Amino acid sequence: MVLKLALKVNNKDNVATVFANDIINGTEVEIRDQVGKIERMHVIGNVPYGHKIAVKDIHKGEHIIKYGEEIGVATAEILQGEYVHIHNLDSMRGRGDLD
Amino acid sequence: MDFMGYVRSDGKVGARNYVAVVPSVTCANDVAQAICRQVQGTVTYLHHQGCCQMPPDLERVTDTLISLGCSPNVAAVLIVSLGCEGTDHERMYSELCATGKHIEIIHIQELGGVSNAIQQGTDIARRLMIEVSGLQREPVNISNVVMSIKCGASDTTSGMASNCVIGYIADKMVDLGATVIFGETTEFIGGEHLLARRAVNSEVGEKIFQIVNAMETRAKSIGCDMRKGQPTPGNIAGGLSSIEEKSLGAIMKSGTRPIQGVMEYPEHVTTQKSLWIKDTPGREPEILTGMAATGAQCMLFSTGRGAPQGFPSMPVIKICGNPNTYQRMENDMDLNAGCIITGEKTIEEVGEEAFVKMLHVLNGEMTKNEAIQYFSAIDIHCLGPVI
Repeated sequence: MVLKLALKVNNKDNVATVFANDIINGTEVEIRDQVGKIERMHVIGNVPYGHKIAVKDIHKGEHIIKYGEEIGVATAEILQGEYVHIHNLDSMRGRGDLD
Repeated sequence: MDFMGYVRSDGKVGARNYVAVVPSVTCANDVAQAICRQVQGTVTYLHHQGCCQMPPDLERVTDTLISLGCSPNVAAVLIVSLGCEGTDHERMYSELCATGKHIEIIHIQELGGVSNAIQQGTDIARRLMIEVSGLQREPVNISNVVMSIKCGASDTTSGMASNCVIGYIADKMVDLGATVIFGETTEFIGGEHLLARRAVNSEVGEKIFQIVNAMETRAKSIGCDMRKGQPTPGNIAGGLSSIEEKSLGAIMKSGTRPIQGVMEYPEHVTTQKSLWIKDTPGREPEILTGMAATGAQCMLFSTGRGAPQGFPSMPVIKICGNPNTYQRMENDMDLNAGCIITGEKTIEEVGEEAFVKMLHVLNGEMTKNEAIQYFSAIDIHCLGPVI
């Protein structure tokens, strides 16, 4: 079986980036962190190459963390393994629509 | 460590030996382009500025064009002026003459129109080209290099592969005594606190927050969510969900060394050494011009989705972080950093390969966009309205 790889950049991150093609709902991916530790997870949703999944449950209103830093806020309850992108992650910057 | 460069009269060292045909205003573009088509070894900058703008912008355009002419990759300059433009073509001429380079100027209106200007300009450009074409490269220390860096058409591989490679080289070049310049202020948003922490003093740290705030305020003044502007639809399709995520990946290319200060968009390097920021937007035509105006002899350009463009007088080396893109667009990509994502190579291994590639390019080897002259879409970043 071809390895379905996802990378987690920082220990604090609650998302990992999937670098594999044909990731559909239910596919098992292997998440590797910076020190090579491996965790397996089933993906929820169809995830294109280079897109993110949650590595743990994230509650609505919680920060989404990548590179150990905040990249946005969850706009819905997100389950472990679920696809994370602009449908459930809101940017907190450059928001002229909120002023 | 040395590279082979053209030593100029002002002590700067070029990696190319062009005659620049510089339109002082957009209305002179067609004449400059016609001269450039005719005379081998010339380059031109077909920008869209220089008249009917507010005075600070006119000054900005004048200064940027002067800085482009000051670049050590440019051996001589022919300024093509219309005659009635808003930019200060006289100041352009006198400040460029102060570099010791051979500078000429023609005025389209004074010469009786386009065809006469093309004819005179071609004769002058040919003379300049013959004059500088025999100059020889000589070995000079790599500390004479001003390296600019940029990422474009990014996706999530950029921050995890190609930008890390550039960061590795940025640190190496700083340690070798060279100058490294990065920009794209929009892409500091969400990561500015990390950059400010690396500022040499609190004044520089505050300046970083200030330029980011000014850029974000300009974006917010439109009254909408910045997304689709930044990150771009292409970034979003590539998996980048927010400007914060894009920024955190983008700033990887600045490496880890202390940030010495912030340069304004039109400025060129005089005594600056080590790592500097230039306040620029992220879009290619404007930032590439800004970086060439810095006096950078070359640019390292990271991409994920595949940005093909270069700049007329500054070789641009494309480093691709996405292994799928590299496979599809190998003709336009100078280096594959996708093997970091696939786990075949480390950042350091690709970093060393990219460093050697850069040395070759500084010595005269053409980049892929340079060889096919993919560099006509350029512009100067202005702040006020066109009036």
